[in-house]
Amino acid sequence: MDLTTLRAKYIEAVAAAATEAALEDVRLAALGKKGEISALMATLGKMDPDQRKAAGAAMNLLRDEIDAALRAKKAGLADAALNERLRSEWLDVTLPGRPRPHGTIHPVSQVMEELTAIFADMGFAVAEGPQVESDWYNFDALNIPPEHPARQEHDTFFMHRAPGDNRPPHVLRTHTSPVQIRAMTENGAPIRVIAPGRVYRMDMDQTHTPMFHQVEGLAIDRDISMANLKWTLEEFCRAFFEVDRVELRFRASHFPFTEPSAEVDIRYSNVGGQLRIGEGDKWMEILGSGMVHPKVLAAAGVDPDKWQGFAFGMGIDRIAMLKYGIPDLRAFFESDLRWLRHYGFAALDMPDLAGGLSR
Amino acid sequence: MKFTLSWLKDHLETEAPLDDILYALTDLGLEVEEVVNPAAKLTPFTIAKVLHAEQHPDADRLRVCRVLTDEGEKQIVCGAPNARAGITVVLCKPGDYVPGIDTTLGVGKIRGVESHGMMASERELELSDEHNGIIELPSGEVGDKFVDWLAANRPGTVDPMIHIKITPNRPDALGVRGIARDLAARGLGTLKPLDIPVIAGAFDCPITVRIDPALKTKGCPHFAGRLIRGVKNGPSPDWLQQRLKAIGLRPISALVDITNYFTFGLNRPLHVFDAAKVTGVLRIHPAQGGEQMLALDGKTYTLSPGMMAISDDNGVESLAGIMGGDLSGCTPETTDVFLESAWWDPITIAATGRALRINSDARYRFERGVDPAFTLPGLDLATQMVLDLCGGEPSHLAQDGAAIITTRAYRLDPARVISLVGMDIPEAEQRATLTALGFTLNGDMASPPSWRPDVLGEADLVEEVARVASLSKLVGKALPRAEPGVPRPILTPLQQRERMARRTIAALGYNECVTYSFIDEAAARLFGGGGDAVRVDNPISSEMSHLRPDLLPGLLRAAARNQARGFMDLSLAEIGPVFTGGEPEEQQLQATGLLVGQVAPRDPYGSRRPVDVFDAKADVETVLSALGAPSRVQITRKVAGWWHPGRSGAIGLGPNVMASFGEVHPKVLAEMGVKGPAVAFTVFVAAIPLPKVKTPTRPALAISDLQAVERDFAFVVDKSVEGLTAVNAALGADKALIASARIFDQFTGEKAEAQMGAGKKSIALTVRLQPTDRTLTEADIEAVSAKIIEKVAKATGGTLRG
Repeated sequence: MDLTTLRAKYIEAVAAAATEAALEDVRLAALGKKGEISALMATLGKMDPDQRKAAGAAMNLLRDEIDAALRAKKAGLADAALNERLRSEWLDVTLPGRPRPHGTIHPVSQVMEELTAIFADMGFAVAEGPQVESDWYNFDALNIPPEHPARQEHDTFFMHRAPGDNRPPHVLRTHTSPVQIRAMTENGAPIRVIAPGRVYRMDMDQTHTPMFHQVEGLAIDRDISMANLKWTLEEFCRAFFEVDRVELRFRASHFPFTEPSAEVDIRYSNVGGQLRIGEGDKWMEILGSGMVHPKVLAAAGVDPDKWQGFAFGMGIDRIAMLKYGIPDLRAFFESDLRWLRHYGFAALDMPDLAGGLSR
Repeated sequence: MKFTLSWLKDHLETEAPLDDILYALTDLGLEVEEVVNPAAKLTPFTIAKVLHAEQHPDADRLRVCRVLTDEGEKQIVCGAPNARAGITVVLCKPGDYVPGIDTTLGVGKIRGVESHGMMASERELELSDEHNGIIELPSGEVGDKFVDWLAANRPGTVDPMIHIKITPNRPDALGVRGIARDLAARGLGTLKPLDIPVIAGAFDCPITVRIDPALKTKGCPHFAGRLIRGVKNGPSPDWLQQRLKAIGLRPISALVDITNYFTFGLNRPLHVFDAAKVTGVLRIHPAQGGEQMLALDGKTYTLSPGMMAISDDNGVESLAGIMGGDLSGCTPETTDVFLESAWWDPITIAATGRALRINSDARYRFERGVDPAFTLPGLDLATQMVLDLCGGEPSHLAQDGAAIITTRAYRLDPARVISLVGMDIPEAEQRATLTALGFTLNGDMASPPSWRPDVLGEADLVEEVARVASLSKLVGKALPRAEPGVPRPILTPLQQRERMARRTIAALGYNECVTYSFIDEAAARLFGGGGDAVRVDNPISSEMSHLRPDLLPGLLRAAARNQARGFMDLSLAEIGPVFTGGEPEEQQLQATGLLVGQVAPRDPYGSRRPVDVFDAKADVETVLSALGAPSRVQITRKVAGWWHPGRSGAIGLGPNVMASFGEVHPKVLAEMGVKGPAVAFTVFVAAIPLPKVKTPTRPALAISDLQAVERDFAFVVDKSVEGLTAVNAALGADKALIASARIFDQFTGEKAEAQMGAGKKSIALTVRLQPTDRTLTEADIEAVSAKIIEKVAKATGGTLRG
């Protein structure tokens, strides 16, 4: 058979092969050890050199051509097979993704971290104290003697006292102020701390819960003034509420543990039920503050003739409600899944000053 | 504390507008809570004159009037019988809102005749219930504002009522005069002098007063009184009634109204006895206990030993300084009255008031501190008022004891004031403020007035100066950083851990809750609490009676509430305090996660399955690892009773338990009303040891390029053998070579026992060998495998599964 016929035969066979197996049969028939072209090439050895040279070149050409055709066909068949497979692998991608749980951080925790980020930048550490407090820390050391009318106004929860234990009953701390005493007793002055945490008052209605959260602030140094207090609170509110400016108004008031004392109002507007801090013509009380009373300093072992400074106390739940538009305090502690999901924060949504506190 | 503007102006000479006064009050620390200004609704109305009135053509009872107004003559149809020419009337024009009929007027046509407004009756303007005719004014010019006429002629009707909040340190502001004094110091007017009359007694007081020696030094140092005979006790005059009504008090009779007037006007509570009903000496004494008295509020009180009482031969006549008795109370028939003015110890009054639960205006004032120097002047002023309003003849003074001396002085350091407040208040202004508030200045020493018991030190002087100077003028001043440069980290290791625990738990899919620190006793008892030491003596409800011993009960209750709303699958967590006892130091931080129901919603991939103990274990291990707990720990079954005894464990290091995890005991679950399954974990955050050295440097990474080899082993062991025993034994076979070992399969249950014998199971272990110096040969591997088999068999009592 001449090479031309041979070529035509195999090119045709390659084209006709419908499967990889058929194609392999063609390859074996042509180029396999016992294949037709291989057999033909085996005859070269018996030829004389000149003949061999001419025939060899032609045969090599034929062999390469058939080989290339085989390879091309093989690739084509593989592509077709893959395409067929891909066609059969169609899925309904509108189906839901595999379920993953989505946890949330409670707004109180989030806001505590926000507070901490802001005050840490101003050099305030975070102090802590127990929630069951002796009445000395909760009242006496804060210049609220036993018969002071302020004690009655605190709606205090008292712990049970065993018969025969004649100490005054412990209380559930009514404010975070006792942490001032503990922090100063432990660290002395100068000191800058905030103390966020749970506090307790015997009060439950539309706007009160028997437990809520406060943050105490305390800064004691040689010459800290009430003007420094105002600046600190202004800076805090500006950063916390994430507005360009805030306006605070100090109003004289009375707390036994500060003197002078001031209640602090913040300027806001109410546009269509939405509160906007820093604008408008309304004022809302947001915290109590003042210069730490010399008796309080003395009770904590700090010499009031050498040291002075300010303290403030603010409701954490309340500023969380203001900032995030949460309407009802009671819902904070009800653990309603719908509420937790709606008002909660993502696990990795960690407030910091560089990125801004909220997203 | 409530008062009216005209009452204030009795003490304060001022032209200041109401708004300025209100602003100053709040700014001074006398926070305005409410203002009721009756004039506000009357401002549109003007005075007019009826020029001519004639019968309406189509209605018998109506008249058509021509009325002269500030806008010229108007025609008004009026139905009042007294509408006639010549009278001066109050005009409401079209467009005005008339409060008494709740209507905004328009131009109307009444039976065909146009009417341009109306002439008002008293009731239509809510001045009184009078509605027999329209108001006829005895004076007033056309066009005058009606409110101005009222202010000049019937000031009580347009007197704004002001309600302010008084902080406990300001008893002096519980009298109108004290408030006036503050405003005067602020520069809003001048405090008018208070002239004390000289009462010339006409006879000796027939009632003797005597303070028991037990009370003389503390409880009642000073008691005074005077009899006024021949009084006529009828209703008090209109102006007095109007004032009392304006502040919410009910006028009773002249004598009683006078005592209330002094209580609110001058912070001088008084008491009036009907002298005819007093027998013998009035004795001020501590109660023996058990005495009973019917008080003026109609209730009978039983006294405890030590409470102060005023008694005569008939028994207790008054709860001293708190409330008088009904028996000797004044009535319209009273002709002889004994007027009492005394000074009571605030602490004793407070204790008695609290014990008897009486909240009277007198108690409120005495327990905050009434001016001890004003006992006698107050009595004289009140006597004069009784004489003026009720007539009669006063006796000489009857008294025992004397006013306590409150003289004291504190140094005024103007520089310190400026340093504390951060405001430049000149020394002269500081001194002027204190003087205006009644302080006596002597050099740099300031003596507080007798009516300011709250001023007890230099700091109080600072407060007085600051609040009068106005804190709203305070300008913020930057608080310099304590140290220059980048702020140092401030969280303690435990605080950082608390955060890390919270964020890790949320990242694992839990919804963080904040539940109450107190729970009900039954729930507390289920979790090892509920004892007396953690009992709240005065809980707000029985659901909140005990401090929680653990976070789980609160989360289980939350789960039950959510399940009741139809949410059955829950991942709830809390990071917060629990209380092991009732002492301050008996508080611990826990981080707890609770999984209830199924791990996932139904989906096409079969993800849904019930939560199980290994979900909780995986989560607790993640949390422990995030908090830096060591990876080699012991797992024991020493857990508390609220866990499933066979499906729970404690993770610890020796005796130090760092966490518990497991299935919640089905009985506990049932009692808490939660539909299971439920698994949970609790991490005792403080129990995780802190690293001995804190350094950011990591240990060097030791990795080998040599091929690691994994070998699997299966052992037949007793059912009760724990996998960790096998793992630890395998790890011990060659500590250098074995990088890790873990259980990757187990075969238990009936089929397993059928194959391997009753009470047996099989566990499969994979061990990773990591050579460090040379590639392992088959012989090396055989050798270590043999050792592993030997060690595991020895430790577990099992055999290699053939």
